[in-house]
Amino acid sequence: MSAPIPRRKRRRSAPLMFLAPFGVLFAAMYAVPVGYAIVESLHKMQRSGLGLTPPKRVYAGFENYTKALHDDALWHGVGRVLLFGAIQVPVMLGLALVLALLLDAKSARLKGFFRTAYFLPYAIPGVVATILWAFLYMPRSSPVVSMLDAVGLPSDFLGEDAVLWSIANVVTWTWTGYNMLVIYSALQAIPQELYEAAELDGCGPWRTAWRIKVPLVAPAIALTTVFSVIGTLQLYTEPRVLRPLTSSLDADYTPIMSAYHKAVENNDYGQGAAVSVLLALGTCVLSFAVLKISARLTNGRSSL
Amino acid sequence: MTTLTDKAASPVRAHVAPPAPKPAEGRTAPMRSQVLTTSFLFLVATYFLMPVWWLLVSSTKSSSDLFRGNGFWFADWNLGANLRQLFSEDGGIFLRWVFNSVLYAVGGGVVATFLAAMAGYALAKYRFRGRGTIFSVILGAVLIPTPMLALPIYLMLSKVHLVDTVWAVLLPAAVSPFGVFLAKTYAEASVPDELIEAARLDGASEFRIFYTIGLRIMSPALVTIFLFQLVAVWNNFFLPLITLNNQHLWPVTLGLNAWNSDLTQPHANLVVVGALVSVIPLVAAFWSLQRFWRTDLVAGGVKA
Repeated sequence: MSAPIPRRKRRRSAPLMFLAPFGVLFAAMYAVPVGYAIVESLHKMQRSGLGLTPPKRVYAGFENYTKALHDDALWHGVGRVLLFGAIQVPVMLGLALVLALLLDAKSARLKGFFRTAYFLPYAIPGVVATILWAFLYMPRSSPVVSMLDAVGLPSDFLGEDAVLWSIANVVTWTWTGYNMLVIYSALQAIPQELYEAAELDGCGPWRTAWRIKVPLVAPAIALTTVFSVIGTLQLYTEPRVLRPLTSSLDADYTPIMSAYHKAVENNDYGQGAAVSVLLALGTCVLSFAVLKISARLTNGRSSL
Repeated sequence: MTTLTDKAASPVRAHVAPPAPKPAEGRTAPMRSQVLTTSFLFLVATYFLMPVWWLLVSSTKSSSDLFRGNGFWFADWNLGANLRQLFSEDGGIFLRWVFNSVLYAVGGGVVATFLAAMAGYALAKYRFRGRGTIFSVILGAVLIPTPMLALPIYLMLSKVHLVDTVWAVLLPAAVSPFGVFLAKTYAEASVPDELIEAARLDGASEFRIFYTIGLRIMSPALVTIFLFQLVAVWNNFFLPLITLNNQHLWPVTLGLNAWNSDLTQPHANLVVVGALVSVIPLVAAFWSLQRFWRTDLVAGGVKA
């Protein structure tokens, strides 16, 4: 540096310098795409009647949105993921909480082994997890199906009624351990003295768990809930991987599949963009609702 | 569950049994609840490990053995042949896919971690105008479903001719808003202002302070951010699916899905053994880095 910049000034520009590299990429990969999707959702391609001239991109106002809101297949997909989330998220987080509490309890043995076993699926990509379970769902290859057959319980994991819950099982299998670990770490952060005090007051382990542990890890539970809700709304990988293997999954099975189907396979980008924007809005509203509710339940001790 | 048994068991013990010799320093729970807890934990572990066991067993089988006999037990040992076929199929394309995954996940992860650390440090350790707004925008981005971004990113990249290049996956992989959140939380709690002031008095530049003091203290958070991003990129399916046509650029998830979707199933044994091999790098990464992995950061319970 030839002409030394006054230290005060350097310090003022420092945070901007630190933020700039992230900021540039963030703008390019988050802000601009969101803006782009919004702009595109307001346009459509107009094809000339004879198809002699290439289609022209014209302003369409809210046409794409109206179309999306009247799209039955999309609504079915939305209903499907909401139903999925209403069942799968509580089951998964309930299991994660119980496992975390048990691993935190004095009476558990082999804690290290169990923690690793539960967490292992997190290191297995969704695609691979789905392929694995698909082998366990398909009657041709599945030892589970043949075992159930042997005891007189015919199963059709990939049938129209069951497939949504087969997908839920894959998601639960993949993510329970991760959520358990987040809650478990929060449990570990509770000062030991609190338990000793509770014990002195005559609190049994059951009461200690419900009255002390659960409320104290409520912010962690809230956080895992928000992330699980977001994950549910963007359900894509698992049904997409299963789709070639069964006729129970159509192209509009989940909202994200629907957006992709419209934009890429039908070449109607404006329509796909409108669906994406609606979905993002829905996600934000739902996440904020979960955060608000959890903030009320935890008296504002949420971590987001 | 433990806790439930504890409560049920204690009055019984008090009345029926003579005051049992108190276990050493009263820290261990009664035998019965230990057995019950551990059995329950084992049962759940079976669920999580069952598909992994199936994968291990099945990767040693030939294509035809996959579809007959007991799926949970070994048939003729065919692992060597499967591996040879896996690495030679299509001119050894599988190894190329694994290499691509490593490149995307490690490359994206390292850059994302460094950028997030800088940004998080700036947001935590400097007071400047717009700081709160910037942080809110970054946090808001965590709530945007990534598949929603993939479509506009694809269209934008195609305008600058970056579709079907490694950059189409690497650039989005280098941004981690969630990483910024974690880095800021951790830096706030762990990097002492006094240390920064002292370094300033010694005449160190702001960047040097960040590089030598900030980064070092934040290293547990950095490992956590890196692992999160590593998993996210390794698991990413939607983005490469729409931005990469050239199968020589595919990550391993895409390749396995392509083999698996091939309904004629000549690849079944390759899909299985490929799934096993593709899981090893991530499991190894977790194994070696788990000591530094801080899930409590996610829950917001930082004890630096």
